[in-house]
Amino acid sequence: MNRNLVLGGVLSGAFLAAALVSFVWTPHDPGALNIPGRLQTPGAGHLLGTDHFGRDILSMIMVGARTSIAVALVAVSIGMVLGVPLGLAAAARRGSLLDETIMRGNDLIFAFPSLVIAILITAVFGPGAVNAIVAIGIFNIPVFARISRGAAMALWQREFIMAARVCGKSAARISAEHILPNIANLLIVQGTIQFSLGILAEAGLSYVGLGAQPPLPSWGRMLADAQTMVALAPHLALVPGCAIVLTVLGLNLMGDGLRDWLDPRLRVARA
Amino acid sequence: MIGYVLRRLVSLAVSLVVASMAIFMVVEVAPGDPASFMLGVNAQPDTVAALRAELGLDVPQWERYLAWVSGMLTGDFGTSYTYRTPVSQMIADRLWVSLPLALYALVLSTAIAFPAGIYAAARRGRAGDVAVMGATQLGVAVPNFWFAMMMVVIFAINLRWFNAGGFAGWDDGPWVGLHSLTLPAVSLALPQAAILARVMRSSLLDILGEDFMRSARAKGLSRRQALWRHALRNAMIPVLTIIGLQFSFLLAGSIIIEQVFYLPGLGRLVFQAISARDLIVVESVVMLLVFAVIMVNFLVDLAYAAVDPRLRSRT
Repeated sequence: MNRNLVLGGVLSGAFLAAALVSFVWTPHDPGALNIPGRLQTPGAGHLLGTDHFGRDILSMIMVGARTSIAVALVAVSIGMVLGVPLGLAAAARRGSLLDETIMRGNDLIFAFPSLVIAILITAVFGPGAVNAIVAIGIFNIPVFARISRGAAMALWQREFIMAARVCGKSAARISAEHILPNIANLLIVQGTIQFSLGILAEAGLSYVGLGAQPPLPSWGRMLADAQTMVALAPHLALVPGCAIVLTVLGLNLMGDGLRDWLDPRLRVARA
Repeated sequence: MIGYVLRRLVSLAVSLVVASMAIFMVVEVAPGDPASFMLGVNAQPDTVAALRAELGLDVPQWERYLAWVSGMLTGDFGTSYTYRTPVSQMIADRLWVSLPLALYALVLSTAIAFPAGIYAAARRGRAGDVAVMGATQLGVAVPNFWFAMMMVVIFAINLRWFNAGGFAGWDDGPWVGLHSLTLPAVSLALPQAAILARVMRSSLLDILGEDFMRSARAKGLSRRQALWRHALRNAMIPVLTIIGLQFSFLLAGSIIIEQVFYLPGLGRLVFQAISARDLIVVESVVMLLVFAVIMVNFLVDLAYAAVDPRLRSRT
């Protein structure tokens, strides 16, 4: 166990727990308006204060964690479910037309500025959590395709894969039974990193009004709402901002920690 | 080398064609007809039909696609549906904000990242390295629009060193314009600087482990001399790749930052065009950004191939 992994695990675990707890309990109703009690600074009644409608910020952060985590998690899953098989197929048929097509397609998606396309997709198909997931998920596909192709190509040269081929196993079976388990570590680490990027992307999209729509609370929109009042009530912007930073930091630290823990060879050269 | 350039040119052309088709298709399936959107719900059908004809929306899609692409090749991006002005003019006006902003941010990011990365690599494993790496972890985790808001609170509202938003224009001289772009540029640059500093550090550390670095020390150079004379130049290749990628990222990433600071750049243009269903503007701006990214990648590849002949054999 290393420091990064523990610290990162604790941070991301805390936000995951907050999201899960919010399903059964929040300190206050996150949607309950209380105009006379608006813009309270953090204190005894409301631990993190209230917003311009008097809603409890802690409760909104907890429910917002649910949105962020759900969007990022599904987006990463899209990337893995579609990207990993593509990468494995490209590696199994290295140099073939299939490989060329997949890799050129990857390059093409990489060439699109992801944020612009996410904005285009959500603008065309309407803003909302589902379209935000699709927009973020599409850009995870080439990431996972490229990383699994690279790792799988190195494995295809190894003796135990040779042995499996001699036994008459098909390329698809070898990929699923022998290659996939051997690159799982790598995929988990990359998944953690993409997860944190997904949370940042979701926050950005909701901030410009293209992510999760009201009444679904989201950290990005809390920041957008806070913008006009930031001089008056800085805690409105500080609290959701810190929630994003700590979650992303936690996930990144966890990714680094996992990488070192799963592959001790990297400890020497890690960036 | 000529063969390599030709191969890259073909793949560049294919990328651009596929990208333009993808953008055109996504925008075309957008619900809502621009003509009826502009005229409102009470418009007569024949008025809508007349406007559709005027905007060129009544011809088949493939004809419109060809007209759009061939127009762009000659610098004619069409006419905005809502403003009735040439799209190329609108884009050019906005580029005077977005392009300097991206360049400014790139300069800042490099100016922060280089010293930080070199310092961390030179003090590897010691307190200075740990501090710089900790700071970069934080820099990567901070959403730039939130950082921008915090800077507005500190430097615009409390200290009053800068305006909270808006762009002063270039008419009063470059310094006035740059001054009003400073907060946006800093907020764009910070997360990029964090990434760049990490790349710089790890690239330098790779080089410092090479045999020729030991030779340099053996012939009597001090650690510092060896670092500056031999390591830095060799470590620049991955760093330059990232800088190339970051430029296009900064150009596109300024979209959200422009919202924070109410800057009249490309990002604002896209948002206005999207809400007004001004499809031709949306298509053209997105295509321009994609073109910029593809061209930067192409040029970076060519520059490598010119420097390192081994790379030419790879497609």
